[in-house]
Amino acid sequence: MAEVLVYVDHVDGAVRKPTLELLTLARRIGDPVAVHLGAGADSAAATLAEYGAVKVLAADAPEFADYLVVPKVDALQAAYEAVSPAAVLVPSSAEGKEIAARLALRIGAGIITDAVDLEAGDSGPVATQSVFAAAFTTRSRVTKGTPVITVKPNSAAPEAAPAAGQVEQLPVTFGEKSTGTKVVSRTPRESTGRPELTEAAIVVSGGRGVNGAENFSVIENLADALGAAVGASRAAVDAGWYPHTHQVGQTGKSVSPQLYIAAGISGAIQHRAGMQTSKTIVAVNKDEEAPIFDLVDYGVVGDLFEVLPKLTEEVKARKG
Amino acid sequence: MSLRIVVCVKYVPDATGDRHFADDLTVDREDVDGLLSELDEYAVEQALQIAEGRRQGGDDAEVTVLTVGPEDAKDALRKALSMGADKAVHVEDDDLHGTDVIGTSLVLAKAVEKTGYDLVVCGMASTDGTMGVLPALLSERLGVPQVTLLSEVSVEDGKVTGRRDGDAATEQLEAALPAVVSVTDQSGEARYPSFKGIMAAKKKPVQSLDLDDLDIDADEVGLGGSWTKVDDAAERPARTAGTIVKDEGEGAKQLAEFLAGQKFI
Ligand SMILES: Cc1cc2nc3c(=O)[nH]c(=O)nc-3n(C[C@H](O)[C@H](O)[C@H](O)COP(=O)(O)OP(=O)(O)OC[C@H]3O[C@@H](n4cnc5c(N)ncnc54)[C@H](O)[C@@H]3O)c2cc1C
Ligand SMILES: Cc1cc2nc3c(=O)[nH]c(=O)nc-3n(C[C@H](O)[C@H](O)[C@H](O)COP(=O)(O)OP(=O)(O)OC[C@H]3O[C@@H](n4cnc5c(N)ncnc54)[C@H](O)[C@@H]3O)c2cc1C
Repeated sequence: MAEVLVYVDHVDGAVRKPTLELLTLARRIGDPVAVHLGAGADSAAATLAEYGAVKVLAADAPEFADYLVVPKVDALQAAYEAVSPAAVLVPSSAEGKEIAARLALRIGAGIITDAVDLEAGDSGPVATQSVFAAAFTTRSRVTKGTPVITVKPNSAAPEAAPAAGQVEQLPVTFGEKSTGTKVVSRTPRESTGRPELTEAAIVVSGGRGVNGAENFSVIENLADALGAAVGASRAAVDAGWYPHTHQVGQTGKSVSPQLYIAAGISGAIQHRAGMQTSKTIVAVNKDEEAPIFDLVDYGVVGDLFEVLPKLTEEVKARKG
Repeated sequence: MSLRIVVCVKYVPDATGDRHFADDLTVDREDVDGLLSELDEYAVEQALQIAEGRRQGGDDAEVTVLTVGPEDAKDALRKALSMGADKAVHVEDDDLHGTDVIGTSLVLAKAVEKTGYDLVVCGMASTDGTMGVLPALLSERLGVPQVTLLSEVSVEDGKVTGRRDGDAATEQLEAALPAVVSVTDQSGEARYPSFKGIMAAKKKPVQSLDLDDLDIDADEVGLGGSWTKVDDAAERPARTAGTIVKDEGEGAKQLAEFLAGQKFI
């Protein structure tokens, strides 16, 4: 069977969930070969193998952390040349998309970004994209070269499919352009202890209706009772009530959880762009005319400061 | 030495309009008003600020706005000129219809080279294609560093520096000019064109280029030259109307029932 390269998104060898989804999708097309750059390949390998990686190509070098994007492109290209895969799959993070695009150009291949599903087809993999703020669904193919496709988080349920997953060292020669952009300093984001926004099964988001940074505890308390991640509208972020890393929408994160709860959010098109593909949508808004109610499976017209605390208590009580 | 800044701006269908696809599965531009992609206003703003900073320091700078797009894309250029850019370049050619991102990056790279540049400034993503990869592709094609997705940017002593707020970390980046940067919507509100700016824009030069001018063959671009193909596009079925209740004291309980019924609690 043909091999499919899967670019591994990880933190020091802790594999992030979207990579497991990619391995699952890759198996529809061929045998997944994982590409692991940076420290921790040996600890990552067990997880990668469990989810179907037949092989793990690993490279570690200071360049990956010291310079932006290009060293990783050099390495992924080396893996591409070593394997001659049927497709290259990369998680749709901001950096993942940049790496994928540069690789595509180098290998003379077309690129599709932000796929939400992937199937094998007669003339190569068929990618489903959700476009125009999720108002349309398109199906596309790469028609030249080895398809390079970036896939959004929550596009598939990871399925275990144990394979060999042997670690092999990948020799990488860095090009002269690889040191063009220096990473002078890096401040890791502090963990909130809550699930990652893009990976969470449940997201609770607050908007302008939350009316102040101090009131966001109402959102956080419900999120914690549900084991959910916390999101925010741009209005809430721009007001300085919640960090930008939590913004949901066109210029924030795009989420596709099992359950999305919007509180005090009107439902502007740019917000919808980031949450409309959620499986179940719930809104609490005091304006019954708010456009968010057009999207919901369940809506409560009411004051979020009344509804959310009571709901939090209900959830805690039912969960025991 | 004058600092030559080229800002790439895209003309897009209004996101608040009823966007859809034409029969050939390209973006329908007939039924929805077009405008300068709102996210590219941030790029224009940062370019203008960098240029103004240079001029205040006694140096020179020139801001050129560049678009690849149909006839009406001139509107986007006009808007950027009225914000304060000095001149504009419009790449327009019927053969460009349906070009994918690889083709667009070829055209932009050739046009940037022809214009002459020390710094290319892009938006973080367009509001229609939303791929967010064009700046990286431009960097690859031009063979200059990419300093992308910046929420803060400055240019000094032949270097560009900036802050990139990533998923896992905030990074401080640095590269020598020439370079390609992209800026996010966190980089600072874009200015509104003043009346004076709008009047002045009418007299600013807009250069038109076609594929011949850029030494690009028609078969390298357009729908035919694309390395990707859209097979079909379907409107997402409207979500089935949900249950909406008015909170009269029981709203939270009712919602909890619903969530329990769906096995969320
Ligand atoms: C280029 C561009 C990109 C953008 N990107 C994004 C993006 O990524 N994400 C994003 O979210 N937006 C984005 N926006 C902004 C977007 O257009 C909206 O302005 C924004 O989403 C509004 O946020 P909101 O719903 O919280 O605020 P509002 O629209 O002001 O809505 C607040 C809602 O809260 C309700 N409310 C008030 N008080 C209460 C209460 N006590 N209880 C219950 N309900 C209450 C009100 O009825 C109202 O419906 C973007 C805009 C542009 C132009
Ligand atoms: C819904 C949709 C999905 C698409 N999916 C794909 C796909 O998967 N693969 C593919 O190859 N093509 C795709 N395309 C085509 C692609 O969007 C266009 O080729 C486009 O010109 C470049 O991509 P972008 O708009 O996403 O740019 P982005 O990478 O999002 O743009 C980033 C920045 O580049 C600059 N820029 C982008 N386009 C122009 C321009 N025309 N003129 C000047 N500056 C510009 C701007 O500064 C912009 O802020 C898609 C188009 C649409 C409408």
